[in-house]
Amino acid sequence: MNVLDVRRLSTAYQNKVVLDSLSFSVRKGTLTGIIGPNGAGKSTMLKTLLGLQPKLQGEVEFFGKKLETEKKRIGYVPQRGAVDWDFPTNVLDVVMMGLYGQIGWLRIPGKQHRQKAMEALDKVAMTDYATRQISQLSGGQQQRVFLARALVQQADLYFMDEPFAGVDAKTEQTIMSVLHELKEQGHTVLVVHHDLQTVPRYFDQVLLMNKKLIAHGPTEKVFTTDYLSKTYGGAIQWLEGGFNGRHPVKQ
Amino acid sequence: MADILLSSNFQWVFVSAVMLGMAAGMMGTMSNLRKQGLMSDAISHAALPGVMIAFLMTGEKDLMFLIIGAGLSGLIAACLIQGIHQSTRIKEDAAMGIVLSVFFGGGIMLLTIANQVGQGKQSGLDGFIFGQAASMIRSDAMIMGVLAIIVMLVIVFRFKEWKVVLFDPNHAKMMGIPVKFYESFYTFLLVVTIVIGIQAVGVILMAALLIIPSVSARYWTHSLLIMFVLSAVFGGISGGLGTLISAFGEGLPTGPFIVVSSSVIFLVSLFLGSKNGLWIQRMKLSKYKSLKSSHDVKED
Amino acid sequence: MSYTGWILLTASLVGISCGIIGVLLILRRMAMMADAISHTVLLGIVIAFMISESLQGTGMLIGAMLAGLLTTWIVQWFQSKGLQSDAAIGVVFTTLFSIGVILIATSVGNVHLDVNHALMGEISFVPWNLIDVPLVGEVPLAVVLLVTVTALVLMVILLFYKEWKITTFDPALAASFGIPVLVMHYLFMSMVSITTVAAFDAVGAIMVVAMLITPAASANLWTDRLWLMFVLSASFGMGSSILGYVIAIWLNTSISGSMAFATGLIFLFSYVFAPRYGRIAVLKKKRETI
Repeated sequence: MNVLDVRRLSTAYQNKVVLDSLSFSVRKGTLTGIIGPNGAGKSTMLKTLLGLQPKLQGEVEFFGKKLETEKKRIGYVPQRGAVDWDFPTNVLDVVMMGLYGQIGWLRIPGKQHRQKAMEALDKVAMTDYATRQISQLSGGQQQRVFLARALVQQADLYFMDEPFAGVDAKTEQTIMSVLHELKEQGHTVLVVHHDLQTVPRYFDQVLLMNKKLIAHGPTEKVFTTDYLSKTYGGAIQWLEGGFNGRHPVKQ
Repeated sequence: MADILLSSNFQWVFVSAVMLGMAAGMMGTMSNLRKQGLMSDAISHAALPGVMIAFLMTGEKDLMFLIIGAGLSGLIAACLIQGIHQSTRIKEDAAMGIVLSVFFGGGIMLLTIANQVGQGKQSGLDGFIFGQAASMIRSDAMIMGVLAIIVMLVIVFRFKEWKVVLFDPNHAKMMGIPVKFYESFYTFLLVVTIVIGIQAVGVILMAALLIIPSVSARYWTHSLLIMFVLSAVFGGISGGLGTLISAFGEGLPTGPFIVVSSSVIFLVSLFLGSKNGLWIQRMKLSKYKSLKSSHDVKED
Repeated sequence: MSYTGWILLTASLVGISCGIIGVLLILRRMAMMADAISHTVLLGIVIAFMISESLQGTGMLIGAMLAGLLTTWIVQWFQSKGLQSDAAIGVVFTTLFSIGVILIATSVGNVHLDVNHALMGEISFVPWNLIDVPLVGEVPLAVVLLVTVTALVLMVILLFYKEWKITTFDPALAASFGIPVLVMHYLFMSMVSITTVAAFDAVGAIMVVAMLITPAASANLWTDRLWLMFVLSASFGMGSSILGYVIAIWLNTSISGSMAFATGLIFLFSYVFAPRYGRIAVLKKKRETI
């Protein structure tokens, strides 16, 4: 069953086309890495799919229906840098924000919401920090808070924008085990990802893009030298059996 | 009416206003590229207490002293904004708002005091708020014009350096350009441009003369050089036109007319600009759309 | 109530209402937008005056609100067309403000308004402009206006407290929930506009910016709790209003100017001494970690 169908999606910023006619479908229970160079339009694609940015052309369907009716089934984890971590609030409060969509207007979060938030914090090993001000967290801790906030939503489909960027090893492991657990439980997850080295270990599906869709499918079929050099403009330095460094260098 | 236009005093004021507009247009191109459009707004508001202190200390309305006072308080304001922003969690826009309004408040306090102790000499100080180009005397106009020309020359003669420093400070460092020096010098030039304009345009609207022409120029070109030229031309036209209109009426403020002139240029550029204008944008995108849909037909 | 009593009450109400709205303003990074609106509200007032030929409360409030919404809408539209936000703000407010000043200065608008009054405010006139309020008696119009606006602002903020929080902290997430982020943006800007116009009489267009931004920024240095920031900001606003009045009487100078100046004094104090993010506290923390 497809949870996401995208047909000929295009987006423009002023008169520059940043997404050029993307078409793909995502099956239920998959864990997909979205890979492409800087400026390939990965974050833009997430935002366009979620209706946060206007599209120029194309159709997007979630669970075979329009976005508007399915919003509650979709979770979104923006880039960590997209918010102001000086905002006066604490960890538990941020996690509870994940429930605001369900709580509804004119209602105050209650005990059961607090309970859910604490459970989510437990999954990312952050219970000790529940009352900590968010300005005092490290980068990895911030990312785990964001992940907990996504978990409380109990969404069927998750979009995550670079959750692994600049985090410590422990956080990376925590995030990975949470993602695999989500997948086991039948949730579908799409992750914008930068580190090519870890791709085969992390994802069972890969979507390669650079404004256009380059390839999409099972990791072992798509994550190949051919497709990668197409994605990155054919100028990646290779070493035998792997990459030279964690990030591919465009020359 | 023709009398006014023919008077040599007015001609001096007019020419100086054009020079001012051109200098502001060029300076504004730089501050817009650095995304510091509103910084100039903060600096110009913050110049008011400097003007008043200079007046209260000298007891005279000597433009040179007033400009120095304005310049000093503008510079202090610019440093304070940077300092507050860098040393606390307060964001830059709030830091600008704080400095702008507190300095302006201080300026108004001093203006009120000046009005009580000035014994008539202070009359015309109010003009610094909205600008009163028509009431400028020839020597004031000359100071304004000459300083504006100096600002332009400094920009033109070091154009290459400015270009690199603006676009790619790291690259500039590698080329051996003293980036720190140029950045401080930029702030200095910005303050000079603002303070020479405040008597003609007023502290409240001076920022517009920096922001609007350069934003308009952006719609006609992708080249930095042409952008500087166009922005200067737009600024010059606005400065001249606004001064001209305000000279027709008794005691009409100059600033608002300069701003409205430049806004008209902006609107024309926004819609019809040959490089980035809305009309061109729409044409390009609809071309893309029709291209894609004809493509689809072939595929099917 | 005595003359001074009314003035102090008016000033305190300005401080409280601006202090409250200011917290969201600086957290949403809209400080310069407030600066813009405080200028363009002048145009709204001029046009309201041209239509109704009076400077009574409701007409002015509506005019100001429309001007604020218009400003917000144009800035938003320019931004969507690729203009940088500060350039968009700069273009819009200077232009609309200029049109307002031109309407006043020429006979085109036939408006007999005092620009200086609108810009600087004249709180000393406030106690003379009385209206009859049932049960309470004669009350200055400005006070009635300010109480109404403060109550309205408080109500809107409290009712949608969690929505304000999430649209401010993470608008993208809020939008993905289906919370109408843009509608809330416009609602917020309308609140900024009516607060501005209610404070107009007392402190004028430009000094209102000081009242909106500086107390909230000071409060931001004292606490990491949102609700406490609201409380502190309102108290700082009230404090600087009163302090400003005292300074103005002492130096015999502009009351609104002194109030703006007093917000600066409170900010300076917070900058140095605030226990959490003040200079001394930060330096101490640095030394401890070394």
